[in-house]
Amino acid sequence: MQLFPCPFCGPRDEAEFHYGGEAGNLRPDGREVPAERWADYLHMRANPKGATKEIWVHMTCGEFFALARDTVTHKVAGSVSLGEAERQP
Amino acid sequence: MTRRYSAFSLFKEGLAGQAGWEPAWRSPQPKPRYDAIVIGGGGHGLATAYYLAKNHGVTNVALLEKGWIGGGNTGRNTTVVRSNYFYPESAAIYGLAHTLYKGLSADLNYNIMLSQRGVLTLAHSETGLETAARTLNAIQVNGIDSELLSLEEVKRLVPIYNWGPDARYPVFGGTIQRSGGTARHDAVAWGYARAASRLGVDIIQNCEITDFIVEGGRCRGVVTTQGTMRAERTGMAVAGHSSVLAAKAGFRLPVNSYALQACVSEPVKPILDTVVISPDTGVYVSQSDKGEMVIGGALDRIPSYGQRGNLPVLEGVLAGMLDMFPVLGQLKLMRQWAGIVDVVPDSSPIIGETPLPGLFMNCGWGTGGFKAIPAGGTLLAHLLATGRHHDISRPFHLDRFVTGRLIDEAAGSGIAH
Amino acid sequence: MSARRLSSGGSEIDRSKPVSFSFDGRRVEGFDGDTIASALLASGRRIVGRSFKYHRPRGIWGAGVEEPNALVDIERDGRSTPNARATTELARDSLVARSVNAAPDAERDRNAFLDRFSRFIPAAFYYKTFMWPDWHLFEPRIRAMAGLGTVDPDWMQDRSADQLNHHCDVLVVGAGPAGLAAAASAAAAGHSVLVVDDQSRPGGSLRHRAGEIDGRPGAQWVADTVAALEKAGVVLLSNTTAFGIYDHNLAALNQRHDDGRPDTLWRVRPKRIVLATGAIERPLPFANNDLPGILSADAALHYLKRHAVLAGERIVVAANNDSAYEVAASMAEAGAEVTLVDIRPAASASADKARVLGGRAVATAHGRNGVEGVTLDNGTRLTADCVLVSGGWTPSVHLYSQAKGKLAWRDDLAAFVPGSELDGIGTAGALAGEVALSRVLESGVAGLGQFAGKAAPPKSTGLEASLNTSAAWPKPKAKGRVWIDYQNDVTAKDVELAARENFVSVEHLKRYTTLGMATDQGKTSNLNGLALLAEATGRSIPNVGTTTYRPPFTPVPFTSLIGAKRKSLLAPVRRLPLDTVHRVQGASFREYGGWLRPAYYGAATSGSAAAIQDEARRARQSVALFDGSTLGKIEVIGPCAAEFVDFIYYNTMSTLKPGRCRYGFMLSENGVVFDDGILVRLDENRFVVSCSSSHVASVHARLEEWRQDRFGRDAVYIHNATAEYATLTVSGPNAKTLVEALGLGAALDDASLPHMAIAHGRFGGEEVRIARVSFTGDRSYEVSIRADRAEALWARMQQEGRALEAVTIGLEALMILRAEKGFIVIGKDTDGATMPQDLGVDGPRRKRVTEFVGRRSLFTEEGMRADRKQLVGLSVAEGEAPLGTGAHGIERTGGAKRSLGYVTSSYFSPTLGRPIALGLIEAGASRHGEVIDIQHLGMLRRATITAPCALDPAGDRLNG
Repeated sequence: MQLFPCPFCGPRDEAEFHYGGEAGNLRPDGREVPAERWADYLHMRANPKGATKEIWVHMTCGEFFALARDTVTHKVAGSVSLGEAERQP
Repeated sequence: MTRRYSAFSLFKEGLAGQAGWEPAWRSPQPKPRYDAIVIGGGGHGLATAYYLAKNHGVTNVALLEKGWIGGGNTGRNTTVVRSNYFYPESAAIYGLAHTLYKGLSADLNYNIMLSQRGVLTLAHSETGLETAARTLNAIQVNGIDSELLSLEEVKRLVPIYNWGPDARYPVFGGTIQRSGGTARHDAVAWGYARAASRLGVDIIQNCEITDFIVEGGRCRGVVTTQGTMRAERTGMAVAGHSSVLAAKAGFRLPVNSYALQACVSEPVKPILDTVVISPDTGVYVSQSDKGEMVIGGALDRIPSYGQRGNLPVLEGVLAGMLDMFPVLGQLKLMRQWAGIVDVVPDSSPIIGETPLPGLFMNCGWGTGGFKAIPAGGTLLAHLLATGRHHDISRPFHLDRFVTGRLIDEAAGSGIAH
Repeated sequence: MSARRLSSGGSEIDRSKPVSFSFDGRRVEGFDGDTIASALLASGRRIVGRSFKYHRPRGIWGAGVEEPNALVDIERDGRSTPNARATTELARDSLVARSVNAAPDAERDRNAFLDRFSRFIPAAFYYKTFMWPDWHLFEPRIRAMAGLGTVDPDWMQDRSADQLNHHCDVLVVGAGPAGLAAAASAAAAGHSVLVVDDQSRPGGSLRHRAGEIDGRPGAQWVADTVAALEKAGVVLLSNTTAFGIYDHNLAALNQRHDDGRPDTLWRVRPKRIVLATGAIERPLPFANNDLPGILSADAALHYLKRHAVLAGERIVVAANNDSAYEVAASMAEAGAEVTLVDIRPAASASADKARVLGGRAVATAHGRNGVEGVTLDNGTRLTADCVLVSGGWTPSVHLYSQAKGKLAWRDDLAAFVPGSELDGIGTAGALAGEVALSRVLESGVAGLGQFAGKAAPPKSTGLEASLNTSAAWPKPKAKGRVWIDYQNDVTAKDVELAARENFVSVEHLKRYTTLGMATDQGKTSNLNGLALLAEATGRSIPNVGTTTYRPPFTPVPFTSLIGAKRKSLLAPVRRLPLDTVHRVQGASFREYGGWLRPAYYGAATSGSAAAIQDEARRARQSVALFDGSTLGKIEVIGPCAAEFVDFIYYNTMSTLKPGRCRYGFMLSENGVVFDDGILVRLDENRFVVSCSSSHVASVHARLEEWRQDRFGRDAVYIHNATAEYATLTVSGPNAKTLVEALGLGAALDDASLPHMAIAHGRFGGEEVRIARVSFTGDRSYEVSIRADRAEALWARMQQEGRALEAVTIGLEALMILRAEKGFIVIGKDTDGATMPQDLGVDGPRRKRVTEFVGRRSLFTEEGMRADRKQLVGLSVAEGEAPLGTGAHGIERTGGAKRSLGYVTSSYFSPTLGRPIALGLIEAGASRHGEVIDIQHLGMLRRATITAPCALDPAGDRLNG
């Protein structure tokens, strides 16, 4: 059972969290977005083996945040709230 | 040396101390050039190499495996074989696999122990019965064997189910594919390896791809931990690690890697005859010919490349399993493990030439790769030999994520969201 | 029969408390403190089980969790446990034990003949045969041979297992000398400590081996230390196995109880783990080394010291290390005639009264159903009724390896030991390769890292143990049958066969031969197997490596792992605020999207189908009451709320006037309709999202996700108020009359409260919100009130309804009513590919200029296809039964059938007096009037494609 650090609530059981996606996947707006670009946003993922940065939501407090962790060792490097994540990209 | 497997050869070798068996497959030194390279020594890769040689006469083939053959998901799954799928595209691909599976022991001269004990999918509510009917009708329209079972028929088939009033997931009926069942997973890998090796395929283990050779915008071979090998066509079938190789080749895939766990109980005398799947709990259970209860369930919830089990998901799977079969509460968990599967938005495979010309792929089978091995091999071999899609693999090309033409089994069979 | 109970001694048995149980139908006498194994041994019982494949007779090998042979099905107080280890199960009165994999019993197993055919059925023989004519012809008989223990078909779980979450500073696994030293040091430093040990009492090897610590005998030191630990508040769990170390160093323990309680699962999250898991003695490779009467030397010492059981009268001790000398001496001391055969030329220790033959090895054991003697490598034959074996010690690295530790090879131990540092995990004692007691104690403290106390570790003041192990691996081409894996019948020849056939990866070896895959998971066999593989393939042992260590260390009851997640606590259903009221009203409940809701009422007299029809018919005649409390009520508040709902919804919502409602879709980013429902605008900056009951959580999550991604907390605030309100619906031609009678104080005339508008009122001082929205197509009022005040309102509605012949309807009748109108249920009448244009709502897609979720996906090739599946009605010829829900529309091209789509909802409409159906059919919107074939469960029918709405297409009833 993994422990994830919610930036608002502190370390909590993995069962309280839900995966939101890879961090930095910016949404292109508009119906004129090229199909490939839209498919990229919708579906294409780096899916890295090793260090990664992801968006998670702590379901019990409802806050989304960015989590840095390793997809092989499952070591967690840290987390920041979405607002902070935007300030320090 | 004894080559052919049979009761007679086993008897003869028995008299000679089993000393005359030749290696199941050769372990040759890699050559600098091949007609085709197949990356990935799991079932799909080995089947690809075999069908390249058998169906297309392409025998100058290297099969590269970073560890030991059959060590990925081929050796980690719950061995279920079935072809009862909703969409005709899926029915075609899994139907091909199922047909090939039925003749595979004879074809490979290797007993893969295809055990057609039936795959029973339960319905746990009135709504579940409607969903089951929708799926069943689709399967029958697709020409695949499958039938609806009444409550009484399910009871006869699975007497140890929880028929009590306190069942959280009571049974209202079910559907069964009687030709479905299980096969011995390792034997599938080894059988293909042995047959491919005999046809000339070089199986090279402990050989990891470090880079692709790209010249003139095409993939011309691979750089590995055992040297450079060149070929005009390279195929990859590396479930769980597809994104890692894709990154080396310079493109991304609509794939997320997740662990899928499975476990077995201690072996007990036979008590469960069919494979039982519960759509509501996501649990599937069968009993192996060794007597172990083989149990699988839903995917883990955290993207991962860690090939190991954990407690939270397992606890949920087992809770569902024991609600279905309370009598199995007297058993113990003997071993748990996990494989890393390619999770694709529509849970259908991706087959075809990659954005890097000359490199072809077979990935994205999610949790259903084992049952598709003969088809995955046939189709990737066809691509590697001809450079073109087989009719059955065309709908599964990567471009469907741009056109939006997904083949989403979960969507079709009523699990909409 | 040779093993016997001595007249005195036995540190763990209480001779004043005799115990009697049955084994294979015969009485076995023992004492309190005996295990089943020690009692069987004391009773002279040799054959206690049969091996898996060849049904070879097998005796007790070990004294702990490593036991490969002595598996029994036990029954006690009416409870069965298959495949229990006789070595760890305590002997108890009324216990019934049966050997596994033997019929009728272990002594007389009728499948014993299989062993005579063993040469024809080596490892993996089944891959090479049974192919002609077909595996199916052979499988049933092979399958009938499968398994060890037997499942009791009448077994029932009477209570749930406890599961505990435990936090502590230090977890010590293993209460031998290293573990106890670690615990004492950590406790002295003020840390909270949990010590677990899988034996029935703490002490480990000190309970049967010599040792003196701080001037006290080992056993005394254990007793003193345990007392001190308990005084210091250390939690000490015996009979508790640490079976797994999972991510982030979560340790999982299984605690066994002796009082009939199910085992307890502990999830422990310590800051530091000290693994002091000890080591397991290996067998030696000689022919017939599996005969009953051949035991682990350490196990025999264990039985002697703890249970006063002497394993034989004429004992050969076969060893490659010093640890067997203490065993030999003790056996001789206890009265046995002992010969110690040491493969090492110069004996490095003395064995007192035992005769020592240095530089010799046992080549073969003799005997039919038990060992009768041995032949040494020089041809000397020794008579023996018992052979005690010490082939070296294998550190129990399982947990360390589960935690992803890297192993290192130690030639002097002929074993793998922990080779790398792990975050938060220390290793100590025999696990860490320590032998001498002083080093063992020091390593326990050192394993604590920064959690160690300041005091010096306890001192070993007696003789120090030594091993000086000389590797004695199985050799290729050895004569006779040398067993590697006892339970799964893997011999040295099988390993050689695997190597010959190129199964030279250690994982291939395991899978091909099944070495190490039995219930003991290879605790005694793996190292011998891979050493032989190394030899056979010309590699070093570390080069061959080990297989992956997977949890659990020993088998764990399924019941421990599920705890209370059973019956009604497994995915608990949610209940309406008025649950009990509906029960009193005779509701039959079904589960809908996690909620337990009334499906229909009063079926007791008429049956469910008739009850549903009756409710649906009467609802259209006068007035219906329906509990719609599960409907989502998510408030969206803030200066950017209008902009937000515009983005969230497919339909433009910002143009909605305060006090008004609008129906709309929410899409996923892939353009698929994710939810539908009514949006209410309470005022300029405040909306209520009324989503489907089963989607409340997911809609809420999506709203939060987009809010946090694009809007920020100052712009929009989201509050899920679903559970705070009950929503009671009044629908039908007399709905207005009934609502008026409630006296809510709101103007209900159609000008003040038209369709798709809201009004505010009060009921008994409580604020209510009245929404004129309709899921039935009839004039309807949804009245929302504080959940805890809903009962009075509902009662009042029922009361006022009596004069109007109101009917209370369940969800099934509502499903008919809405289907008559062609109103959809998301996930039933739509699938995971349905886009809004498929439901006849194409305007926003074509016209909207502002961005919304899922927009771009509506314009993909797939979104633009002309033959998309579209929502239609389906009608059948007069007098025919309703179509099957899930039936497929089909077309034939050539001989092949193709699905056009399917029936999503199908009912008999009591109001229309005919079947109605909805479906998703390819290009269905442009095919109204067309007749298509419908296939259901193999039967073909025909149906006409129509518009979805079958009743009142003009919508007159909304204001009727």
